[in-house]
Amino acid sequence: MKLAVWTYEGPPHVGAIRVATAMEGLHYVLHAPQGDTYADLLFTMIERRDKRPPVTYTTFQARDLGADTAELFQTACREAYERFRPEALIVGASCTAELIQDDPGGLAETMGLPVPVIPLELPSYQRKENFGASETFLQLCRHLCVDVERTPEVSCNILGPTALGFRHRDDVAEVERMLAEMGVAVNVVAPMGARPSNIARLGAAHFNVLLYPETGEEAARYLERRFGQKWTKTVPIGVGASHDFLVEVAELADVPARSDESRLRLPWWSRSVDSTYLTGKRVFLFGDGSHVMAAARVAREEMGFEVAGLGCYNREMARPVRALARDYGLEALITDDYLEVEAAIAALQPELILGTQMERHIGKRLGIPCAVISAPVHVQDFPARYAPQMGWEGANVLFDTWVHPLVMGLEEHLLAMFREDFEFNDAAGPSHHAGHGAVEPEATGEVIWLADAEKELRKVPFFVRGKARRNTESFATERGLAQIDVDTLYEAKAHYAR
Amino acid sequence: MSLDTAPGCRDAPVLKERGQHEVFCGLTSIIWLHRKMQDAFFLVVGSRTCAHLLQSAAGVMIFAEPRFGTAILEETDLAGMADAHDELDREVAKLLARRPDIRQLFLVGSCPSEVIKLDLARAAERLTKVHAPHVRVLNYSGSGIETTFTQGEDTCLAAMVPVLPEADPADLVVVGALPDVVEDQLLGLIRDLGIENVRALPARRADEDFGIGPATRFILAQPFLGETASALARRGAEHLPAPFPFGERGTTAWLRVLADEFGVSPERFDEVTAAPRARAQKAVAKARETLADRSIFFFPDSQLEIPLARFLTTECGMEAMEVGTPYLHRGLVGPDLDLLEAGQISEGQDVDRQLDRCRAAQPDLTVCGLGLANPLEREGLTTKWAIELVFTPVHGYEQAGDLAELFARPLRRREVLAL
Repeated sequence: MKLAVWTYEGPPHVGAIRVATAMEGLHYVLHAPQGDTYADLLFTMIERRDKRPPVTYTTFQARDLGADTAELFQTACREAYERFRPEALIVGASCTAELIQDDPGGLAETMGLPVPVIPLELPSYQRKENFGASETFLQLCRHLCVDVERTPEVSCNILGPTALGFRHRDDVAEVERMLAEMGVAVNVVAPMGARPSNIARLGAAHFNVLLYPETGEEAARYLERRFGQKWTKTVPIGVGASHDFLVEVAELADVPARSDESRLRLPWWSRSVDSTYLTGKRVFLFGDGSHVMAAARVAREEMGFEVAGLGCYNREMARPVRALARDYGLEALITDDYLEVEAAIAALQPELILGTQMERHIGKRLGIPCAVISAPVHVQDFPARYAPQMGWEGANVLFDTWVHPLVMGLEEHLLAMFREDFEFNDAAGPSHHAGHGAVEPEATGEVIWLADAEKELRKVPFFVRGKARRNTESFATERGLAQIDVDTLYEAKAHYAR
Repeated sequence: MSLDTAPGCRDAPVLKERGQHEVFCGLTSIIWLHRKMQDAFFLVVGSRTCAHLLQSAAGVMIFAEPRFGTAILEETDLAGMADAHDELDREVAKLLARRPDIRQLFLVGSCPSEVIKLDLARAAERLTKVHAPHVRVLNYSGSGIETTFTQGEDTCLAAMVPVLPEADPADLVVVGALPDVVEDQLLGLIRDLGIENVRALPARRADEDFGIGPATRFILAQPFLGETASALARRGAEHLPAPFPFGERGTTAWLRVLADEFGVSPERFDEVTAAPRARAQKAVAKARETLADRSIFFFPDSQLEIPLARFLTTECGMEAMEVGTPYLHRGLVGPDLDLLEAGQISEGQDVDRQLDRCRAAQPDLTVCGLGLANPLEREGLTTKWAIELVFTPVHGYEQAGDLAELFARPLRRREVLAL
């Protein structure tokens, strides 16, 4: 048993629903009690989809348990087929149905439905959402792919985008554009937008572009084994990664790497004078492994931040994330316990968090600005406008969304100048984020701040005051000082000066 | 208002359906219960799905650290029962050490914990012994195989009834978790009528517990509290059936039942209610301009549907085409049914068939859960998400206008948009 207050990932059948919802012509019959239909609103409310997810829930109740829940499942299957006429059906159990052991796959197989029926084995008590999505996509490939001729022109599949993904729709559009500029055709995008009949044709592509390893890597490996399709390893988030990605694609497609970079603004924005204030800002990164690894590179190389800590919630990515952290001289935080993440952030006192919706809340509590780089996300992370994370436009979007929670360069100086002004002061926060006042960490109580030192500390701009307080206290503790006076404050400042 | 001449649908035939339910399970009621009982913690013993559900139902995730959590069952817990109990004890000890402000702990049963027959009643007894007197541990079921949405509140309150003391019983208990502002208003009106010894269940804090006994009479503020009503009756308390306090007439009828029972004079009643009644009438009249002669279709969600449909038809002039409810408790909503005229009352759900009926009916306004609202809007129907009716203060005189406005706003919005 493990106590969870909030979770980063849902159960594996929610991963399967993300795949089914992303596709067309596929229906999922899920053996589940009534409460599990909550999953629908993830899509209709959080993602604002205008259609219900293509899922039929059997809705068994306590009184059915003694009787025939298997028959209930078969009835639901039959009616779902009659009503929706899908090209293929996936069937499976949610956590409760797993316990009653009805074997949806076996039951559906005996019904003689005239379409492929694909059973999903998603162990609810061992695995989570990303596994569910990845496994579902893999099973769709295994059951539906057939041997087909390669396309005459060089082409690729785009693998991994699902419903409820972080900016997947816009990422795909951006990457398709880059591929088109190189003369590489897209055979199938899957799961998002694909039909079962498209999945059948995955083998026609010359290679695969893997955008989301969390949901697509197992399928990419399978397709490599079955059709010999190589796949791209770089996730094109940020300028450097997008370049690397283009080089990879060029090699796989045997075409020259070329792309129209005229719309790429990040490099100049980063070099511009106002960005000087970004230098060495300490950031903490947390989210799914792929987004965190890509964001770490952008943070360090393209924004000039210092990566003060990073980690991911999906254990499947623990190894590469740990390796990357070691390269940065850090210890990765691999956990799905949000309280641990909160503790890590509180201890590090970074100046910016790049995280998920969870970290946005942690940041709000601790008074640290936060930008979202990964699922799980809020309804506001599905913007109406085009806002990819990948490719050139994605890089522009990263610059805007990461920098906006911060106080900008000139603004920093003005805040210091008008510190005593009643409207333009500490609590006002960045001018474009109403009410984002910083909350200072409380004094630990182990070391006593003398009144003069406390007063001097108030003169430090609020966005670095938390760090100043923490540094001074650890400086004092290390030296066995019981009190902090003004000199201690400045000695600590000199000690920690970069 | 005359109860005798009302057309009523107490005996109207009910369409009973079973199929896919598009309704939350009882766990969801934790979302408002944990805000209501400020020294309580709700620990779901369940799966990752339960944890994910609570998070998604808390939805927009506007939270600091909440007073609820999930003890997630893992493979090892499923292997042997003894293990699961030890593990639960450990997690509870950890939790209570972290939150010394917690005085009541609810172990909440879920679908998986019920299917594997994890004995939470025994666990609650055992944990009460360990953590008494500081913490009281109770258990109830919020599982989707037993309960829908608001029924979780019912099973929770029913679990609290047996531990209420015998001594110094309250004269009157108002039953149902109401927003504090609404509870204060209603209890204030009742005290103004001259009924002094009145209490609310649930109390806001554990140390505000009150006695209950054969001298106690109780009135429900929410229509989904059947089990709680039975538990109170088993303690000897007497139920006062009444229409529910939605809108001006509902609130007046609800208060009048109390006035009659406690011998309040008509003069006193008028004196206390005249001003708020007038305010409520005025507020409802404004929304009535938008709502009158419009048709409405209710998908089943919270069991509030029958009293709400009564309010909308009798006070706002709407036409109820279908009123769906997850469960129809005639004993509790009978007084509202007497006043309601509806094309169809349905109980349970087969969502695809009900959607077919709704599309055929083309109501002006459809009340439904979050999973259906956007898809129906896409089809051109105007919807009101049912969830707001549970999360917003809607009871009593001062909220009558707000309640009507919740239904009027989607209609006005549709008229305002030039798209």
